[in-house]
Amino acid sequence: MTGKTLYEKLWDDHVVRDNEDGTSLIYIDRQLVHEVTSPQAFEGLRLAGRQPWRVDANLAVTDHNVPTTDRSQGIADPVSRIQVETLNRNCETYGITEFGMNDPRQGIVHVIGPEQGATLPGMTIVCGDSHTSTQGAMGAMAFGIGTSEVEHALATQTLVQQKSKTMLISVDGELGPGVTAKDIILHIIGTIGTAGGTGYAIEYGGSAIRNLGMEGRMTICNMSIEAGARCGMIAVDDTTIEYIANRPFAPTGELWDQAVAHWRTLHSDADAAFDKVVRIDAAAIEPQVSWGTSPEMVVPVNGRVPNPFKEADEGKRAGYARALEYMDLEPETPMTDIRLDKVFIGSCTNARISDLRAAAEVLKGRRIADNIKLAMVVPGSGLVKKQAEDEGLDRIFKDAGFEWREAGCSMCLGMNPDQLAPGERCASTSNRNFEGRQGQGGRTHLVSPAMAAAAAVAGHFVDVRNF
Amino acid sequence: MEPFSQHTGVVAPLEQTNIDTDAIIPKQFLKSIHRTGFGDNLFDSWRYLDEGQPGQDCSQRPENPDFVLNQAPYRQASILLTGRNFGCGSSREHAPWALKDFGIRTLIAPSYADIFYNNCFKNGILPVILPEETVERLFREVKAEPGCTMSVDLPAQTVTTPSGETINFDVDGFRKHMLVEGLDEIGLTLQHEEAIRAYEERRRKEAPWLFRA
Ligand code: SF4
Repeated sequence: MTGKTLYEKLWDDHVVRDNEDGTSLIYIDRQLVHEVTSPQAFEGLRLAGRQPWRVDANLAVTDHNVPTTDRSQGIADPVSRIQVETLNRNCETYGITEFGMNDPRQGIVHVIGPEQGATLPGMTIVCGDSHTSTQGAMGAMAFGIGTSEVEHALATQTLVQQKSKTMLISVDGELGPGVTAKDIILHIIGTIGTAGGTGYAIEYGGSAIRNLGMEGRMTICNMSIEAGARCGMIAVDDTTIEYIANRPFAPTGELWDQAVAHWRTLHSDADAAFDKVVRIDAAAIEPQVSWGTSPEMVVPVNGRVPNPFKEADEGKRAGYARALEYMDLEPETPMTDIRLDKVFIGSCTNARISDLRAAAEVLKGRRIADNIKLAMVVPGSGLVKKQAEDEGLDRIFKDAGFEWREAGCSMCLGMNPDQLAPGERCASTSNRNFEGRQGQGGRTHLVSPAMAAAAAVAGHFVDVRNF
Repeated sequence: MEPFSQHTGVVAPLEQTNIDTDAIIPKQFLKSIHRTGFGDNLFDSWRYLDEGQPGQDCSQRPENPDFVLNQAPYRQASILLTGRNFGCGSSREHAPWALKDFGIRTLIAPSYADIFYNNCFKNGILPVILPEETVERLFREVKAEPGCTMSVDLPAQTVTTPSGETINFDVDGFRKHMLVEGLDEIGLTLQHEEAIRAYEERRRKEAPWLFRA
């Protein structure tokens, strides 16, 4: 008999019952809630006269709409304010723990889950947000759901799911200097495409993944959704367990020992079979920059904007041409010739402490270029912000000419006032470069924090390795 | 949930791949706390020439005449024919809400993003999957005869093209059942309340650290 993959272990542990039609009822250990995708779920619950099944399994936070500037005046935009107040009210009504806008623990939902130890190995974790996949880095099954499923999870503590196929992406070898987790995942998406993972649960493995810290692993799992997969995960090891120890929501004492003993089993068995295996050579990965309007439109920093006329596939050719027009780029332009207007360091992909350290390392003693209209750092959580300040990173950023903001989603999607103006070009550490993502008509290039910092100093993209 | 069995309507061709949920319904409209009222803002940044804001009267806004849903026969479209990986990006259910609110009941494409596909079924929209070559053929047929209609029959799992050809499609049995019957999924799950309680009781013993209040 062959062994089980990590995904299969997690799945089997959570089956409440197998339905006759091939689906299963899966138990949900943790639901994270934010203001954008939950109001209609709570309303549905109320209209049906239902109660949350298990209040203590939920944890809520406001992140998408909150301002990153002075919060003492509240939220200026009345529509945003109503959405945030609605979450506050719903949490109060049902007794759900919420980190409100002024709570020091507030931050991006996928940053605070692991940071608080609220998301743990072996859990099923859901949130009405596609980047829930981030938390699979803990050795968990974590996936984004729509609002109807948020309501279903609230009301029943379960979801009706169909088992995914399994894919192993094995990244082996040594990463070059200056190459980060962000470059690995952008390279993977460039290789398998934005639909490459559709229908699969991805497990990332191999020596290059094992050598990453927890935060880098989260960056990788975060963008599983950009590769088309609902969830990405990484096996539990010492790095995982050390990361969780002493976090506020993590177990302690005897429960801790018991938990750790179980967590140690959360890896794919040596003889487990995956439906698909992709092998990536870590040494061949270079710092990446996206050029287009889909995360698969990515090239190494020393590469050039592709020429659509060289694409054989007709659909791809049309897509490339459209992306180039939107991005206002000429084919064959060296990536390092692309000049920038703004730089954004933040988002659930790259706003944890190690990301800020990497960016600060590049910025130490330097200043942003004159053509950069705005460079901002938005820490992933209030606690990340505090840690950075304790280490003096805020000073480095401010001295370099960066704005140092309060935690939230910010210019990752611009639901708050942090947005690109039409035509502005931005180096961003976030995960999506879709048309209008950071503001209508805005142009986004996805990069790692170190690459964003170097680009801010140069005023255009540069290879951080020669910096 | 609103059931779906047969539907006949005007097909709009939106010939583009990887259409993401930010394009289907831009972020500023996600601030609503309601499930309805998103139809005027479906594909907002492609449909209008100005930048839309929530709560605006869209009838006064300058339209982009090149966008397919602004062209005469397609304003009434209820079937959207489109390219592969439709609905990629976020989990926002606002995307199917906006499609539904506009009047779209069926999508036809070679593939969809996972979460979006799932969200459609929860909102009475049928996303039909047809092979890439078939979709390309349909684009040609539909564009040759603007305003033509197609019929979709979910119980029979068929699409009838403007020329009268019948094409079969696949769909998971459970999703089909839920949609045809318009069932309340939460209500169905709660019929298994005892199984959920039994599971919880067992897990409380096996993995007590998951149940700390
Ligand atoms: S940081 Fe961006 S991608 Fe992450 S949850 Fe917020 S809006 Fe979504």
